[in-house]
Amino acid sequence: MATVLIDGTEIEIGDGERLNAIEAAARAGVSIPYYCWHPGLSVVGSCRMCLVEAGTRDAAGRIQMGPKLVPACNTLVRDGTVLVTQSEKVQQARAMVEEGLLLRHPIDCPICDKAGECLLQDYYFEYGQADGRRADIRPFTSRRRDLGDVALFVDRCILCTRCVRFVREVSGTNELLVSGRATGEEIDVFPGFPLANKLSGNVVDLCPVGALADKDFLYRQRVWFMRSHPGVCTRCASGCSIWIDENQDRIHRIRPRENPHVNRWWICNDGRYDYPHVHNPARLVGARQRKGGDTRELDFTGLAGQLRAALRQAGRLGAVLSPFLTLQEAYLLAGTIRQLDPQALLALGPVPLAGEDERYPGGFTISKEKCPNRFGVERILGRMAGGVIRFDHFVEQVAQGAIAGAWVSGGYRQGWIDEATAAKFEQLRLLVVQDLFPSPLSQRATYELGGAAFAERDGSYVNRQHRLQSVAWAIRPPAGVRTEGSILWELAGRAGLYDAAATLRELAAEIPFFHPALGTIPETGLDLLVNQIA
Amino acid sequence: MKSDDKSIKWVEEPPLGLAGRSYVPLLVGGITTTLKHLAGPKMTVESPEQRHAIVDPLGYRGVHRLNRDAQGRVKCVACFLCATACPAHCIDIVAAESPWPDREKYPESFTIDELRCIFCGMCEEACPVDAIELTSLYDLSGKSREEMIFDKAKLLSVYDQTKDAEPMRSAQADRATDSACPDSGERGEEPI
Repeated sequence: MATVLIDGTEIEIGDGERLNAIEAAARAGVSIPYYCWHPGLSVVGSCRMCLVEAGTRDAAGRIQMGPKLVPACNTLVRDGTVLVTQSEKVQQARAMVEEGLLLRHPIDCPICDKAGECLLQDYYFEYGQADGRRADIRPFTSRRRDLGDVALFVDRCILCTRCVRFVREVSGTNELLVSGRATGEEIDVFPGFPLANKLSGNVVDLCPVGALADKDFLYRQRVWFMRSHPGVCTRCASGCSIWIDENQDRIHRIRPRENPHVNRWWICNDGRYDYPHVHNPARLVGARQRKGGDTRELDFTGLAGQLRAALRQAGRLGAVLSPFLTLQEAYLLAGTIRQLDPQALLALGPVPLAGEDERYPGGFTISKEKCPNRFGVERILGRMAGGVIRFDHFVEQVAQGAIAGAWVSGGYRQGWIDEATAAKFEQLRLLVVQDLFPSPLSQRATYELGGAAFAERDGSYVNRQHRLQSVAWAIRPPAGVRTEGSILWELAGRAGLYDAAATLRELAAEIPFFHPALGTIPETGLDLLVNQIA
Repeated sequence: MKSDDKSIKWVEEPPLGLAGRSYVPLLVGGITTTLKHLAGPKMTVESPEQRHAIVDPLGYRGVHRLNRDAQGRVKCVACFLCATACPAHCIDIVAAESPWPDREKYPESFTIDELRCIFCGMCEEACPVDAIELTSLYDLSGKSREEMIFDKAKLLSVYDQTKDAEPMRSAQADRATDSACPDSGERGEEPI
């Protein structure tokens, strides 16, 4: 056990831990400012913002401070390390670093997307505020350079090189470099080799100032108007933790949420730019009933009762549980259909696959399975239907006339089912489809219901590493859409509003595999397999 | 605050004397005021044919305008600071990349709901480029709610209407400092 003295506070550090002074100070509740250091990247110690006084304390308790300030990011703490982070010397050094950085930094904060979450702004207020010694007027504009996936505002850059280290160490694609020397140093790419990789969006989050700009988010919204909601990406089975930044029920940006067990600090561009479909005007909204050639718009009042009665009269039932459903929704749907017809056929919806798993040198993996909850839905099916029936088999059964009424849950992007497959559903007496977009299948449905997108749902997902993550809705669904959870809750004949937490507890009590979920679910999720063994 | 709070000072209304109870002095006082105004100069103006003289048009907070730069383009850079400062949430801006090479960002649409506006002038104070200003036009009216939601074109037209009578405040400030500090070589305050 190592004892470290930080600003007079003693903290204990475990034997196997290798902490630098920034991390150790954070444990003591002391924040040390930094630009270039990032826990997920190598240490360069180039910004000099984290300079602190460091020394050692010997066994007799005598403290010997070093003669010079040292960068905290590059100083590993060990037993007897003494750090002073608030002395006049340190504060002076920080103010000087701020003055140096701001010497050539354009004052275009009013049009800079980073304003409001910019470290340069924050640290200037906290540690800088020195009277400027520059006599002329500072530039108000910044040169813009196209780097490929992102745009670079050259003059705003403080050359922390986080982006350069990211493309070398995490994505392994090496597009970015520092060109020039001394005051001529700039971030650049080689001609003909633009920044183009599936993790490129992360360099925008990494940039501590507004130098790197997301072309998708550029000038779309000021950051202080948005609220961030913790969420889980549903683009693939990795289930990365994300922040959903939203203003007035419109998603403007998706950012990675730090989760050491899943995605660490990163997300891929597929997930980052996966929100426009949520606001696609082509989305399926409302509820309608088709009888013969007639289409009738339905009110949600009493709809659950009507659906229940129709399902009861239909005869032999079947249900398709989409891998986009949350655990709660799958559990409610399976339970209700089984209750109405104990012999009902429950099947797993088609699992969208694309290529192979993509692995990056930094450990980040994009799964080939492009749905969030195949594993969880399979476990529910395994318990409630005795096994996992594939969608092909379900379609066969429908074609053979073994099923009279079916509930198909969607949540897919457009084009998940073709005309030929959908035509086989025509002979059903009753077909209920709840989906995100109109499809050949939803056009044949007796009851067509609009479904919720990922950011509108309450519930839990189990990713490919058996990690269960619970999320709450970030935005409200568009007018005329009721979420799967609330419709299925009513269909199950339950009173009140859909309660995802209570449903999770219920299914955890019923299905042994989900027993660990009876306790509280941490923000970073819960490993079902590990907790099972324990 | 409760009624037995120590910090409350209770004041009794003074009892009326004979003069007060008879109302005669008050009546005389009132009639005197009326008679004085009958004889004195007229305060009422026949609006809208006649206009009130606005003592300081630059300090007056009437209808907004969006200023133009030297090339006639909208001066606004779509920074949203006015919308952020606005206590009535009546400013709605849609920002976009500007079509001009020398400017980065501009407002694709800029609307002010003049019905919602409380004419506090905070937008004007927040603006870092002196693009939004309040003019001395006070008699704005419209036949519908939609008509009172001023868009970018309308706000720019207010500028065209008022620019001669009320020059841009930034231009005036420049002139004022120029005349106040004849030694222009002296370094002023650091611009931020």
